[in-house]
Amino acid sequence: MDKPLTGDLRPDGTVLDLAAYEKVGGYEALRKVLKEMSPADVLKEVTDSRLRGRGGAGFPTGQKWSFVPMGDNAPTPKYLVANADEMEPGTFKDRLILEGNPHLLIEGMILSAYTIQATQGYVFLRWAYKLAAERITRALAEAYDRGYLGRNILGSGYSFELHLHTSAGRYMCGEETGLLNALEGKRANPRAKPPFPQVSGLFGKPTIVQNVETLCNVAPILRNGAQWYLGLSRSEDGGTKLYGVSGKVRRPGAWELPLGTTIREILERRARGMREGYQFRGLLPGGASTDFLVEDHLDVKMDYGSVQAAGSRLGTGLMIVLDDRTSVVGMVLNLERFFAQESCGWCTPCRDGLPWTARILQGLLEGRGRPGDLERLEMQTRMMGPGNTFCALAPGAMEPLQSALKYFREDFEKLIPRSDAA
Amino acid sequence: MLTEDERRMIRAEAAHYDHPQAACVEALKIVQEHHRWVSDEHLKEIAALLDMSPEALDSVATFYNLIFRKPVGENVILLCDSVSCWIMGYEGIRAHLKEHLGVELGETTADGKFTLLPMACLGTCDRAPAMMVGNELYRNLDNGKVDEILARYRQPSGA
Ligand SMILES: Cc1cc2nc3c(=O)[nH]c(=O)nc-3n(C[C@H](O)[C@H](O)[C@H](O)COP(=O)(O)O)c2cc1C
Ligand code: SF4
Ligand code: FES
Repeated sequence: MDKPLTGDLRPDGTVLDLAAYEKVGGYEALRKVLKEMSPADVLKEVTDSRLRGRGGAGFPTGQKWSFVPMGDNAPTPKYLVANADEMEPGTFKDRLILEGNPHLLIEGMILSAYTIQATQGYVFLRWAYKLAAERITRALAEAYDRGYLGRNILGSGYSFELHLHTSAGRYMCGEETGLLNALEGKRANPRAKPPFPQVSGLFGKPTIVQNVETLCNVAPILRNGAQWYLGLSRSEDGGTKLYGVSGKVRRPGAWELPLGTTIREILERRARGMREGYQFRGLLPGGASTDFLVEDHLDVKMDYGSVQAAGSRLGTGLMIVLDDRTSVVGMVLNLERFFAQESCGWCTPCRDGLPWTARILQGLLEGRGRPGDLERLEMQTRMMGPGNTFCALAPGAMEPLQSALKYFREDFEKLIPRSDAA
Repeated sequence: MLTEDERRMIRAEAAHYDHPQAACVEALKIVQEHHRWVSDEHLKEIAALLDMSPEALDSVATFYNLIFRKPVGENVILLCDSVSCWIMGYEGIRAHLKEHLGVELGETTADGKFTLLPMACLGTCDRAPAMMVGNELYRNLDNGKVDEILARYRQPSGA
C-alpha cells in the first residue's frame, strides 16, 4: 500500500535531510508545478483529490483555498501558516512528520503558497516539540540554500519566505483565529468570523491556516495526481490518514492507513487489542474533544462521514481508549479540567461553565454528589453547545461529557445518593 | 539589563515579521532561556525594543503557560497531566515526584534544583506517562525511571 505521508520515514527515527528527501522524489512536484502548472491548475488538482483538513474540522482544502482573492488587485502580502500547535490531548500525529520528514511539509507549503500566491509563510510550532524545531530549522536552511525558498524560486519568478515560529504553550493557539492573534504577538483569543481569514487574516491580509498533516499531502497529490490520491482511500474523500491509539492497549502507536479504515482494524490489528486483564468500554475517536463511541461502533469506518453518522467526529483521528478499570467519571473530569484550564475566558458560558462542570464531576467522585447533578451537567452541555460560544473549544469540551452521560450513565448515577424522600 | 547578544537576537527575530510586536513571544523566550524567567526589569526592556507598552507585553506573557514571570529552579519538570497519561498512571508518578522532591505542584525544591509543574498533553500519548525536564522529553515513565532521570540532573553540571 502507498504511504505518501510516512512511507519514507526512517524506522530508527532519524530525519531525512534534503539529499535523502530528493532521492525519494522530493521536490519533483515543485519543479513540475513551477514549470508546467498555473495556480488555477494546482487548485483544480487539489480540489479533485478530495483532500479535507486533518486538523479536526475536516473542511475541504481546495474549497478553502478558492476563497482567497486572486489576481493583480488582490491585497498583498498573502500568508500561508502551517498549524503545528498539536495540543489536542491524545493526539501525536503531526510530531511524526515534523521530526521525521520536515521537507515533506516544506514542499507542501511552497506548493500551497504558490496556489494562493502567498509570499510569506510561517510554521506555527508548539513549544514542547524541541526536536522538531531543531530539524525544521535545519531543513529550512537547506531549502533556502538549494533555492527552493526565497526569491525567484528555481528561476520561476515566484518568491516565498518561510519562517519557523515557536509558541509558548496554550491550546487556544491552535484555533485558527487564535493562532493569527498569537502570530501577531497578541493574546490568542479567537476572532469573530466573518471576515474569514482567507480574506482578512494575519495583519488583515488574506491568510490560509492549514494543519501539518493536510499540507503534507499536497506534494504527493501533485506528483501522482488526484486520481491516484482518490484510489488510496476507502471512503468518498481522498487519501490516507494518520491514525493512532493510546490507553491500555497492547501496542499503542500511530499508523498511516487508507482513509476509511474501520475502528476494529485499527484497534485489533494495529494496536493488538486490549492488554491482558483489561476490557474495552469505549473510545474517543479523534482526540479529547470528540464524542465517545462504544462496542457497537467498532465496525464504523474512520472517515469524516461515517464517524459523524455514528454520532461523533473524526477529529484528529487519534483514539483514546477507555477500559473497564478506568473511571469514566474520572476520565471526563480530567478532560473538563483541561478545557477549563485552557479556556481563554472570552465568553461567559465557557469561562464559568467549564470550571462549574469540573466542580460537579469532582464532587461526584469525592462523595458529594447530589440529586440533580446529572441534569445540571446536561444543562451545561446545552449551554456550551454549538452556536452558544465564540469558538469551538467549549462545544468540543461538551462532546465527551454528553456522550459519557449517554453511554455510561450508570457510572454517574452510582455516585449520587438516593434522595431520602424516595 | 539585557545583554547586547540578547538584544541582537530579539532584533533578528523581529525582522521576520511585518510588525515588531509579532516577535514578542520569541523575545520573551530568548530572555527566559538565559535567565530562566522574565523579571519586570527585563519585561520593560523587551517591551521598549518591540515598541509595546509593558502592560501589553505582560498581558501576552501571562497568557502562556510556559513564560515564567516568577523565578523557577535550575530544571523545570513539566509532568503531563492530560487524559492518556492520566489513564496510564499519571497520579502515581505525580505522587512519587512530590515525595521524592518534597514539593507540591507549582513549587521549587529548597536547593533550587527543580520546579515541578503540571503540563497539558506533550504529544507523545502512545508512550505515556510522559514528562519533560528542561528541553528533554522522557516517556514510558515508572517510579524507577523517574529516580534515574532525576539523579542525572543532580550530578554537578559541566563535570
Ligand atoms: C481550541 C482549538 C484548538 C485547535 N488546535 C488545533 C491544532 O493544534 N492543530 C490544528 O491543526 N488544528 C487545530 N484546531 C483546528 C483549527 O482551528 C483549524 O480548523 C485547522 O488548523 C485548519 O486546518 P485543516 O483544514 O488543515 O484541518 C483547533 C481548533 C480549536 C477550536
Ligand atoms: S468558547 Fe471558551 S475558549 Fe472559545 S472564545 Fe469562548 S471562552 Fe474563549
Ligand atoms: S496525554 Fe500525556 S502526552 Fe498526550
